[in-house]
Amino acid sequence: MIEVNGLTVRFAGVTPLDDVSVVFPGGTCGLIGPNGAGKTTFFNVLSGFVRPAKGAVRGFGDDLLAMADYRRARWGLRRTFQTEMAIEKLSVYDNVAMIHEHSGAKRSSRRADVLDAIAFVGLETPPKAKVGGLGARERRLVEVARAVVGSPRVVLLDEPAAGLPDEQTEQLAQVIQKIPEQFGALVILVDHDMTLVSACCQTTAVLDFGKLIASGPTADVLRNEHVIRAYLGTEEEL
Amino acid sequence: MRAVLRVERGTIVRGVVIVGVLAVALFGVPYVAGADWITTSTSIAIYTVAALGFGILYGRAGMISLGQVALLTIGCWIGTRLSYATSLPFPVLLLAAGGITCAIGVLVGLPALRLSGLYLALVTLMFAGATTIVLSVNDFPNGGGGFSGRSATGALATSTPPVRRPSWAIADVAFYRYTVIVCAILFLLALLHVAGKPGRAWASIRESEPAALAAGVNITLYKLWAFALASFVTGVAGCLLAAQVGVPRAITFQTQDSLTLAATALIGGIFSLWGALVAGVFQQAIPFLFQAQWGINPNFVLIIFGAGLLQVLLTAPGGLADQLPKDLARLGRLVASRVREQADAEKKAP
Repeated sequence: MIEVNGLTVRFAGVTPLDDVSVVFPGGTCGLIGPNGAGKTTFFNVLSGFVRPAKGAVRGFGDDLLAMADYRRARWGLRRTFQTEMAIEKLSVYDNVAMIHEHSGAKRSSRRADVLDAIAFVGLETPPKAKVGGLGARERRLVEVARAVVGSPRVVLLDEPAAGLPDEQTEQLAQVIQKIPEQFGALVILVDHDMTLVSACCQTTAVLDFGKLIASGPTADVLRNEHVIRAYLGTEEEL
Repeated sequence: MRAVLRVERGTIVRGVVIVGVLAVALFGVPYVAGADWITTSTSIAIYTVAALGFGILYGRAGMISLGQVALLTIGCWIGTRLSYATSLPFPVLLLAAGGITCAIGVLVGLPALRLSGLYLALVTLMFAGATTIVLSVNDFPNGGGGFSGRSATGALATSTPPVRRPSWAIADVAFYRYTVIVCAILFLLALLHVAGKPGRAWASIRESEPAALAAGVNITLYKLWAFALASFVTGVAGCLLAAQVGVPRAITFQTQDSLTLAATALIGGIFSLWGALVAGVFQQAIPFLFQAQWGINPNFVLIIFGAGLLQVLLTAPGGLADQLPKDLARLGRLVASRVREQADAEKKAP
């Protein structure tokens, strides 16, 4: 469970997150909102790239903001980025193994854990293949494998399906859905693809201009009139 | 048990090539080379290590340092001073020079925690320039004894004793072999790093620092580690250089050498350890060929390096170490297909 309390982030003149209080109970949670709503800023606060002006974030009872940024991975925080960031020069195996190495997980189980994660995401390429030679879909899968290896507690996925065709997005959705039960991790999914969000997420929170405007069971949230007006409504106006 | 015996083809090929190159370097070169080529070959071996340091920093961790020859000079200077001041055995001298250069290299690397790209390149180049100035002001040993190595008269005394070599490698050929073996050990040290946890952490830093942070990589630690390793191997190589030339003089070390080293390292290829070998040959053998063998002004070498660098940056970012095997394979296929055509044609002809 992740509890966010009064989280406020200010950049010069802009307030990307304004007094946000929300609870991500577990399973797969969606985080949606129009462009510039503060979703990625929220992830950056969790990763430690952005220091909030005030507020608190507790993950399973631990004060996340008190931890040094690079130590959060060892605590169990994983994330992917909007632009895919698998390491081109390394093999698929090494890409996943390097996360395991810094996660504090046991060295003796490294090979098995890494191969498990690669099998879990359904990657058919040989583990020795260099990521530089892979296509968009495989790279996204490598990223997800990196996010689930080494006993994660919280997995942040930032638009994991960006740029993928519908059919591949569906396959990715199936993988994401299985993360909580397979690895016992809480998943927070940011995406603009409502099909993906409703397929994966039991609960969803909605941000608009840095403010939380709704949260709760995904189906209810997507019917909420504030949400429709703020987010989905923009399409109707066009 | 079958799994234990199963070794991949690539690993076997690589092993055979490594043993082959070492055998040629240790036994082939001394057999055919004259005295001048032995000296040049020793320099080649030493500069491959300097290029290796550049490759670790830029090719692996993505930090461009133009001060690598300055670190080689510092290793050389420390080796020389320690040789005069102490009676330490040569291997200890090597380790001490490596260790002290390592400490200085880490200090030089501190700006890398805040700067990158062009700015880091400039700062390290300034460091190289400053090193040249400090050394020419203080001069290399000019005949005095002790750690300072200075005599009051200031003029280079003819009695300046050369930096000692290991007792069983006094002769040039023996010292050349000694150098090759030490350099091979340094390459092995680099290989162990690159293929292990540090190498993977460096690759992730090179790809994206935010992603590396999110992966739990302590960026400060691994960046300084890269500088420490690169400086250590370069410092050891510098000490070898001191013993090779005997009486090093400040004038032999120019700031521009750091630039040509960067150029040759890029031509050789910074993503492969083989690239460092190519770089060492380019850096030392080509100027020697131009000047001593063909009597051409060695400054023309700069034009060749410039053209080579342009070609690499435009068409082969992996450098010669990456391109040559590909080209050889292509040539092999071409020859094979020609031979087949020829055979077919002969079959058809009665």
